[in-house]
Amino acid sequence: MTTPRTLFDKIWDAHVVERLPDGTAILYIDRHLIHEVTTPQAFEGLRAAGRKVRRPEATLAVVDHNVPTDSTRFTGIEEPESALQVATLERNVKAFGVPYIPLDDPRQGIVHVIGPELGLSQPGMTIVCGDSHTSTHGALGALAFGIGTSEVEHVLATQTLLQKPAKNMRITVDGTLGFGCSAKDIVLAIIGRIGTAGGTGHVIEYAGEAIRALDMAGRMTVCNMSIEAGARAGMIAPDETTFAYLKGRPFAPKGEAWEKALAYWRTLPSDPGARFDREVRLDAAGIAPMVTWGTNPEAVVPITGRVPDPAEEPDPAKRAQMQRMLDYMGLAPGAPLAGTPVDVVFIGSCTNSRIEDIRAAAAVARGRRVAEGVRALVVPGSGLVKKQAEEEGLDRVLKEAGFEWREAGCSMCLGMNPDKLKPGQRCASTSNRNFEGRQGPGGRTHLLSPAMAAAAAVTGRLVDVREMAR
Amino acid sequence: MRPFTTLTGIAAPLPLANVDTDQIIPARFLKTIERSGLGRHLFAPMRYREDGGENPDFVLNREPWRKAEILIAHENFGCGSSREHAPWALLDFGIRCVIAPSFADIFHNNCFKNGILPVRLPRELCDALMEDARLGGNARITVDLERQVVVRPNGQEIPFEVDPLRRKMLLEGLDEIGQTLAHAAAIAGFEARQKAAQPWLYA
Ligand code: SF4
Repeated sequence: MTTPRTLFDKIWDAHVVERLPDGTAILYIDRHLIHEVTTPQAFEGLRAAGRKVRRPEATLAVVDHNVPTDSTRFTGIEEPESALQVATLERNVKAFGVPYIPLDDPRQGIVHVIGPELGLSQPGMTIVCGDSHTSTHGALGALAFGIGTSEVEHVLATQTLLQKPAKNMRITVDGTLGFGCSAKDIVLAIIGRIGTAGGTGHVIEYAGEAIRALDMAGRMTVCNMSIEAGARAGMIAPDETTFAYLKGRPFAPKGEAWEKALAYWRTLPSDPGARFDREVRLDAAGIAPMVTWGTNPEAVVPITGRVPDPAEEPDPAKRAQMQRMLDYMGLAPGAPLAGTPVDVVFIGSCTNSRIEDIRAAAAVARGRRVAEGVRALVVPGSGLVKKQAEEEGLDRVLKEAGFEWREAGCSMCLGMNPDKLKPGQRCASTSNRNFEGRQGPGGRTHLLSPAMAAAAAVTGRLVDVREMAR
Repeated sequence: MRPFTTLTGIAAPLPLANVDTDQIIPARFLKTIERSGLGRHLFAPMRYREDGGENPDFVLNREPWRKAEILIAHENFGCGSSREHAPWALLDFGIRCVIAPSFADIFHNNCFKNGILPVRLPRELCDALMEDARLGGNARITVDLERQVVVRPNGQEIPFEVDPLRRKMLLEGLDEIGQTLAHAAAIAGFEARQKAAQPWLYA
């Protein structure tokens, strides 16, 4: 009898090239996704050392972080530094022979949206990218994690990484999600429970009835935010939902190879009795639509809740941090979160910019109007998502309601391209980080689901989307 | 990479938990294609006022901590993004060691690749060092990687743990890629086996 293994253990074991004396593994990397922000210095390093890219065909490059999401992207990026970063990536992919999806390609989009969408991310793979939200791809049953630029260079040169195994953590979400709640609410509830460092050193496997019931978009939303709980990666065992999603995608295996792959993928789920270093259980029925009130994702409460009062926090350091967050966010202790007016609504980012997310937003927006004085953006995660939404007429629904309908990119998820908050502006955002200044210096971010964001847009304030259902 | 052996210097106290990478260096400064020159943007949101002037209350704007080489912080330092610009900015400012009760994984990793030593110590010891750091120039702290100890100004030695391989890489300033490439034959062997077993990965 072999020892029962977790999904993580199985993928790990299958990718160890060599174990070094101290237990560090040379871990083989199957897919390497790269983008313009975290790679210039890596290619420069290769050049300086006279090294090549070991497997260009296992690599894919795309631009997403810097690019404007309006029509100026086609006429030439105005911001000179952004233009230089894009041009540098283009020069590097050409020089090193790396496949590239350029800005005017219909498949261009956020790296974590297009990997699964094109069928590049598959069960059992190791996938890395110089971006912390690489955890998204774990939704396919892959081991996917973010790396720094030195490691990007290491993967480009060797197709491997030096890694120590992570610890296993399982988060089981039992039961059924209530009406008006989504994957975003599940993951925010999880982070609220375990904290922003709750997963440090661990790979989280999400399990349970409520996770199984999620579609792939929802699973990606959950895995995406694993890093916000400090975890190295998040993953969900592949099942029929996964296989149905992958089948027929451009880079998915075909014909006989598909059958062979499928047989392998079915062996991946954690064995009964596999040991987890830590187990957490949540009941989906107890989850309400969630909204963050502070400047890290664990500062979250149900929309029916109130802003916590620092005076009730016994630990002085924590009390000071809460006070700092409230000052930054411009919120009063004890105030109900519902009813807080918003200036901007952002629906997008690698957390929530897939077709399912846009449908959820459009369902709330249909027949309503964006509130007076509110700016609301919808930014599809990829050119293909945009196209599909337009085929479904969702762009019209949203535009008629007064939302801006944009080109694909990271947009207002981070203040790196022209879509930014102004100091003091309050934003209801479907992105993943509410850090100080994340959406632009002085900007105030409330993280929530696409349906909740759309509800905020049409009412002009944070509101419980469940009250709006007709 | 510049080796790290022993460092004696001024330590800056930053008594904050969950210092995220957007605070260490905001996204708008990631547009560079270089590694150097990021020191002026280090901790920009806390270090500069809205008009661009220095915030006189921020520790790194005050003497003697402008010359700090060590940073002492609270839990979960470096959480958030994978941006290596965070350690690059610390390094460019002159900080070569961060001491905290805990670090976010990717940041922790990124430090080692750049000759920065992250030291994990229990909260009480970090608080003691925080007090030392507040004394400024008269209270230099030594971080000795060879002996794996932090030496307080009063002479007390605090041992710390560090991964042996990473310690060796730092002490010798080794090129990690060069080290891995010495295993090129094993990598090629792995690829051949994987290709036979899972051909779809190579299609
Ligand atoms: S959408 Fe946001 S979190 Fe996702 S890759 Fe882009 S910047 Fe990073």
